[in-house]
Amino acid sequence: MNYYAIRAIYTFEMARTLRTPLQSFASPVISTILYFIVFGSAIGHRMIPIDGVSYGVFIVPGLIMLTVMTQSVANASFGIYFPKFLGTIYEHLSAPISPFEIVTGYVGAAATKSAVVGLIILGVSFLFVPLEIAHPVLMMGLLCSTAFCFSLLGFILGLWARNFEQLSFVPTLIITPLVFLGGSFYSIDMLPSIWRDVSMLNPAMYLISGFRWAFFGNSDVSIQLSVVFIGFFIATFLGIIWWIFSTGYRLRS
Amino acid sequence: MTAIVEVRDLTKRYDGEKLALKNLSFKIAAGEIIALLGPNGAGKTSLISTICGLTTMSQGKVFVSGFDVQSDYRNARSLIGLVPQELMLEPFETVMGTVSLSRGLFGKAPNPSYIRGILERLSLWDKRDSPIRELSGGMKRRVLIAKALSHEPKILFLDEPTAGVDVDLRRDMWRLVKDLQRDGVTIVLTTHYIEEAEEIADRIAVIHDGQILLIEDKNLLMKRLGKKQLLVELADPIERLPKLLEDLGIKLHNEGRGLTYTYDMEVEQTGIPEILGALKSEGIRFNDVRTEQSSLEDIFIELIKDRSV
Repeated sequence: MNYYAIRAIYTFEMARTLRTPLQSFASPVISTILYFIVFGSAIGHRMIPIDGVSYGVFIVPGLIMLTVMTQSVANASFGIYFPKFLGTIYEHLSAPISPFEIVTGYVGAAATKSAVVGLIILGVSFLFVPLEIAHPVLMMGLLCSTAFCFSLLGFILGLWARNFEQLSFVPTLIITPLVFLGGSFYSIDMLPSIWRDVSMLNPAMYLISGFRWAFFGNSDVSIQLSVVFIGFFIATFLGIIWWIFSTGYRLRS
Repeated sequence: MTAIVEVRDLTKRYDGEKLALKNLSFKIAAGEIIALLGPNGAGKTSLISTICGLTTMSQGKVFVSGFDVQSDYRNARSLIGLVPQELMLEPFETVMGTVSLSRGLFGKAPNPSYIRGILERLSLWDKRDSPIRELSGGMKRRVLIAKALSHEPKILFLDEPTAGVDVDLRRDMWRLVKDLQRDGVTIVLTTHYIEEAEEIADRIAVIHDGQILLIEDKNLLMKRLGKKQLLVELADPIERLPKLLEDLGIKLHNEGRGLTYTYDMEVEQTGIPEILGALKSEGIRFNDVRTEQSSLEDIFIELIKDRSV
């Protein structure tokens, strides 16, 4: 195992984040504060509590998941796409590193960044709403697993993308709608039955629902199902990455 | 010779394209400087990229210090440093940051004093905290070399290291390559500049159309394939060459104002005394006599021309 390579990639990627703190941390936090102001304070007072939880509190897990999922994809896809774009990927391809080590370095850094942003948002939310976390350890586990899972997806996207348009295509047209429609701001029980059934096909819903369960002890689907889905996604994404590296798809000519 | 690189029957075909490398087999000796010469598209970069792992090989085997670059890629690659042709660097990263990354990628523990030594050697130490984007083109090329040397490689591949750099930097680069050789590093360089190969290489490999036309010691090559030419500047132009001179292989040139005689560098009997005697006996007066030796460039052009025909 090339531990030094993992450490070098991880440190390099984290240094990039720390060079741009406004973009890395302030931007998602400000966006979340705006959501709190609009949905929590302005509109939230007019909403009825959901499963006994006030609307302002209800949206906290959804907001964290929304940011963690989109940030994980963005961080990881950019992290590996940028060396491809610049051509500096030659160094990774000619170094004595296994695909596992490359993935660990890049995905580890991307997941760390988005998990930290998620925790900052959690901290900010305490300033806006009275929040209690029913299962804090599980909450941390699900936060880190989701960050890891979506960072793997972002890594695949970064390997696949041939240009910046393709890089933004998937987050904008697929990830963001899935996360928004996955119950970030509502319970799917609030939907008409046909849309509730459609929502069951949305993979993001299972992750958001599981995370919400860790906060309130109840959610749209069972926590066991959410955990199975996270495990399934992680295994699928790892399989795709293994295939990319073993075939050299869009990496080696 | 102790081979540090052994290429066996290497073939590379890009998807749906013609063969870039055609069944190449050769060895590179430890500690030598070998120059790969060839026109654009000859296969020089494909060869380096395949050895270094940037492209997959279609057929054949490559060993670095006995390690198969495919099945034992960790051991093989850890011995290799690569300086690419393009200035591929992350513009916002600092010199120290990017060189440290390279060392880590190749599995070496951080060693600040070693990195400092490299940066000082390449006149980059004062720029260690500068972002890459603020450096000149020459400085960026030095950074690429520093990155390639950061993990103490035993063999360094330089893909056109002096393309587009000024004369001073080119000479600096040649000095550096010689210094590295003294430190025991094997150097493989591709170049368009034949004077570069002539200046620093121990052996020359000429690649054309994916094949190695020859691979030989530079001095032996120049002696074997090189020609010398005797040029005689006549005092008075002549219209026809006397038969005596014609029989000696002399040719008229410059509209009868001069004579040329081409001879092999390897032969002991050049025939020059006989020519001078013949000029005297024919009463042909001359102002100047000089000789010219063919350069590596002339040899290279001849080889490629013959092949193209």
